[in-house]
Amino acid sequence: MYVAVKGGESAIQNAHKLLDKTRRGDLTFPELSVAQVQKQLPLAVSRVMTEGSVYDPELAALAIKQSAGDLVEAIFLLRAYRTTLSRFYSSEPIDTTTMQVARRISATFKDLPGGQLLGPTFDYTHRLLDFTLLADGRTPEELANITSQDNSESESESIPRVLEMLEKEALMVAEEDEQKTPADITQDPPSYPCNRSARLQALARGDEGFLLALGYSTQRGYGRNHPFAGEIRTGDVTVSLLPEELGFSIDIGTIEVTECEMINGFSKLEDGDIKFTRGYGLAFGMNERKTLSMALIDRALQAEKYGEERVSPAQQEEFILSHCDNVEAAGFVSHLKLPHYVDFQSELELLRRLRAERTTPDAASGDQS
Amino acid sequence: MTQDQTLRQHWISVMAKSNAELFLDLSSEYIAGQDFETIRAPEVGLTQVRGRMGGTGSQFNVGDMTITRCVVQSTKGHYGYSYIKGRNKDHAYRAAQLDALLQDDEHQSATLASLIQPLEATLAENAAAKANEVAQTKVDFFTLVRGED
Repeated sequence: MYVAVKGGESAIQNAHKLLDKTRRGDLTFPELSVAQVQKQLPLAVSRVMTEGSVYDPELAALAIKQSAGDLVEAIFLLRAYRTTLSRFYSSEPIDTTTMQVARRISATFKDLPGGQLLGPTFDYTHRLLDFTLLADGRTPEELANITSQDNSESESESIPRVLEMLEKEALMVAEEDEQKTPADITQDPPSYPCNRSARLQALARGDEGFLLALGYSTQRGYGRNHPFAGEIRTGDVTVSLLPEELGFSIDIGTIEVTECEMINGFSKLEDGDIKFTRGYGLAFGMNERKTLSMALIDRALQAEKYGEERVSPAQQEEFILSHCDNVEAAGFVSHLKLPHYVDFQSELELLRRLRAERTTPDAASGDQS
Repeated sequence: MTQDQTLRQHWISVMAKSNAELFLDLSSEYIAGQDFETIRAPEVGLTQVRGRMGGTGSQFNVGDMTITRCVVQSTKGHYGYSYIKGRNKDHAYRAAQLDALLQDDEHQSATLASLIQPLEATLAENAAAKANEVAQTKVDFFTLVRGED
């Protein structure tokens, strides 16, 4: 427990001025603009929007600048700002099947309708530091034209869902639309066991590092679920909503999202059939690692449905969902920095008294009993 | 859904998806000399974005996005509405004005032809350019026989 303290105003003010100064850095260098952060650090922006739970690249970039690059702090700032806005609507569900893809890959089928589109990816880079970027970077001319030797297939094909193809062959557990209003953990805190809609919402907001570690643990044998990356897509989807005053649905714009559909080990179902099982990940922006991790955990948390014993950390719903939010986690861990003077004094007193008692003869004999 | 509604959905969609600067730039001549009463001044809020499990199944909430909405009324009595991603109040205000004008038969066909269609063409162009760039990263993997036997 911490108690309220008074005073220190000018020290605090000066500390904040010093923070401003530190953030700005060496004045001989030009100041970083929010637009530069937004346009040139898109993956940081994606993470802050997803875990900050507000799709707004400019606000996310502002938060990143303000937090001097501390993404968890930036996420906190965005979440705080979020609470100042009222929520007007809930959108119609986005349709990722009709996404204008910037990337689409499958690790399960080499040849598939629509093809494998690598898009802007770190995959197949050699992870060698690129000293061109340290020097002048690439010239606009170098960046302007991206052409391949085989330029014949640039017309757009339709891109069917990989898992749906397996569904049609009855090899994959089908995703049924239960036509229910999804849970909203921002309005009603989840109670456990919770339904999958609450779980996916919590995972979408959850800390990437925490989810990554748990997803990794399933691969290392703690709740193994035999995953294959069935399909990963990044691209733009249209967001629509249905305002009551209009009575028909309208598009409000497009947003970029990343989606991962995991194909997991087959399992005997309640009706005796045997099918592949699945996990799902969805996040704002370019957020592949996050969606892979989310899909692994989504599957691990379906243990009961497939008669699996919950023995590993990644299968513990309450544990994961109540610890995956980095705003909550950082808040509680960070509160340890606040004055705990009175609390600690009482501990100190107690320990001193116990030790004093031990040195008196009575207490010493009591100890031996 | 009536044909008028489908047409209206279309122009609302095009105006919402268009780049704000371009839209404001191209549309200013259409509202010159027109009067509008502001019914609901542009206001910024959130809309919850929903996804589907497995892309096609039951819905779940992914997170919020910022949105700006606005309602105006033209002198002829048409109500113009706008609901647009982001926090650009000028974009929302102008789109609401244009929504009102476009419902007016006197302005509709000309505005559709000289504003909405060019905006739509720009959107299609940008999408095609993006798709073309991505298509250059299309890969054909060859599986190799492992030399084990």
